[in-house]
Amino acid sequence: MSFLELKNITKIYPNGTKAVDETSLNVEDGEFVVFVGPSGCGKSTLLRMIAGLEDITSGEISLDGKIINNVDPSERDVAMVFQNYALYPHMSVYNNMAYGLKNRGISKEEITTKVNDVAKLLEIDQLLSRKPSMLSGGQRQRVAMGRAIVRNPKIFLFDEPLSNLDAKLRNQMRLEIKKLQRQMDVTSIFVTHDQTEAMTLGDRIVVINNGIVEQVGTPKEIYSKPNTKFVAEFIGSPQMNIFNCNIENGIAKIGDGQINLDKSINIQDASIGIRPDDIQINQNGKFETKAVLVEYLGSDMIIYSSINNQDFSCKLSSKIDVKAGDNFKFDISASSIHVFDNATSKRI
Amino acid sequence: MVYTRDISKQMKFKPTEILTHLILILGVLLMVLPIWFSFATSTHDNISIIKEGMKFFLGDKFSENYNEVLNEKGGWSEEVTAANMFINSFIMAFGIATLKVVISAMSAYALVYFRFKLAVPIFWLIFITLLVPLEVRIFPSYKIVSDLGLTNTYTGLILPLVASATATFFFRQFYKTIPDELLESAKLDGANSWRFFIDFLLPLSKTMLAAMFIFMFVYGYSQYLWPLIMTTDEKYWTVVMGMKIIFTENYEGVALPRTGERFAYIILSMLPPVLVVVILQRWFIKGLIQTEK
Repeated sequence: MSFLELKNITKIYPNGTKAVDETSLNVEDGEFVVFVGPSGCGKSTLLRMIAGLEDITSGEISLDGKIINNVDPSERDVAMVFQNYALYPHMSVYNNMAYGLKNRGISKEEITTKVNDVAKLLEIDQLLSRKPSMLSGGQRQRVAMGRAIVRNPKIFLFDEPLSNLDAKLRNQMRLEIKKLQRQMDVTSIFVTHDQTEAMTLGDRIVVINNGIVEQVGTPKEIYSKPNTKFVAEFIGSPQMNIFNCNIENGIAKIGDGQINLDKSINIQDASIGIRPDDIQINQNGKFETKAVLVEYLGSDMIIYSSINNQDFSCKLSSKIDVKAGDNFKFDISASSIHVFDNATSKRI
Repeated sequence: MVYTRDISKQMKFKPTEILTHLILILGVLLMVLPIWFSFATSTHDNISIIKEGMKFFLGDKFSENYNEVLNEKGGWSEEVTAANMFINSFIMAFGIATLKVVISAMSAYALVYFRFKLAVPIFWLIFITLLVPLEVRIFPSYKIVSDLGLTNTYTGLILPLVASATATFFFRQFYKTIPDELLESAKLDGANSWRFFIDFLLPLSKTMLAAMFIFMFVYGYSQYLWPLIMTTDEKYWTVVMGMKIIFTENYEGVALPRTGERFAYIILSMLPPVLVVVILQRWFIKGLIQTEK
């Protein structure tokens, strides 16, 4: 039995919206799982159901061998970091962290040691007497983390905690969260809409769309073998190029070029997906087109172009000399192609 | 260039600034002058007041007049002093303000955080009572209080006035602005509904509490009709009632009207609300400066 088990969880709001649809998932002890999906896909609802902040319409959640469907949030022994941190504005940092411990009837001395230890760990020990309004965004984030850590819960829940930080701080905090989670070995669930965060943080990623789990897997599995067209487009930056085409006897035709897929399949209405970095510029390439726009990113550059009226982008080393307006030739290797049936959006 | 521009800017602003200040000063004078006249008059002896009317400058009878007001026994029974009435008024106003604030904070909490079916109708029911002030329902209120045997008690003075639709409404609006995450976070930290109210809502609404207390104190203090009807025993007279009654007993004799003492009494009667405002204002402003979100 897994540490956290979700069985056929469904959430239907009173107004009839189905936020989560028959979701099942197992999370192992000490695992870092990331829920990722576009906004409004139900990932936060799922997280809040685990926390007990949202009723479950049907299904069963069990944590550490106990069914917790009807257990009060305060007794589930879960800690949550909210998007806006939800620090207690009228309490000092120390009291923010100590409040949950006080309610659990822990002795004053023990609370002091615990809070001080965690504050040191998070490098906020200088800020203990301040009020949240006197802290910067990054410091607030740390306090919110500290409040969760100090309780030593069974499971950490993160609800988009990095989305209010600027890009640099976000990267830094991302690393720290990962490090802390490794160090403390606490089962964690992290909700985000940012695929980079999902890829870098998760031991496993759960891609959710419209309340349905599209795919569960390690970042590598998800990136290299997306189950559905949605996952393929959602994970990876820049986005995967999708070309609509016919496949006859395993040969996909895009414009004048042809790609042999090494599979004997026939699909009238198919999509083939190619990651921007799987496109190779080649003097003798099968395809030729004009670069519409070139984005220079330092070590890399991204060329935006179109072929047969279908836009695509490719990511190349910036050492290659292609400018906007230049014609260039490229190749696509069959092994790096993902094929999806448009009727089902499933991978073939 | 910069220099001249600065000057022209200042020149531009001056006339309007003078105007606004004039208006403000006029307003202040309008408010303060009558009080000053009353105070100045209260320090003169009765003969000069009757001969010369209201005074602008201070006289020399300050301590005598004020001493007489506070300690002379008045009323038909000659048993109550003004000091006594001040205590009564204070008890009444303090009781009303405290209970009003506590009750409305709690009922607003129930209305906002416990989503029972009838919350909205109940809120409107509470709100409608704004249309039925005490003066309108004075007979039924009196009947109930006298049936309960509460006439001539502090409980009877306070109890019928402790429900407040206004304060409930303000607290409700304030609680609605508190983000849900705060409640959720507190729940995960093991706070039950009672703890959430005590540890979160009350400290967060400190400013609100102070403001409401001020309003309600002044409301309770300035009650006239209710204590007038409620009390037959002079022991329970309040300051506002006293204003009509005190120092009038000698009118029918040959003695002079005691205008100086009456002004002294008026000045004294203004002090408690002013003190409450001044003391709580510090809190009030502190709450405003520390924007706690």
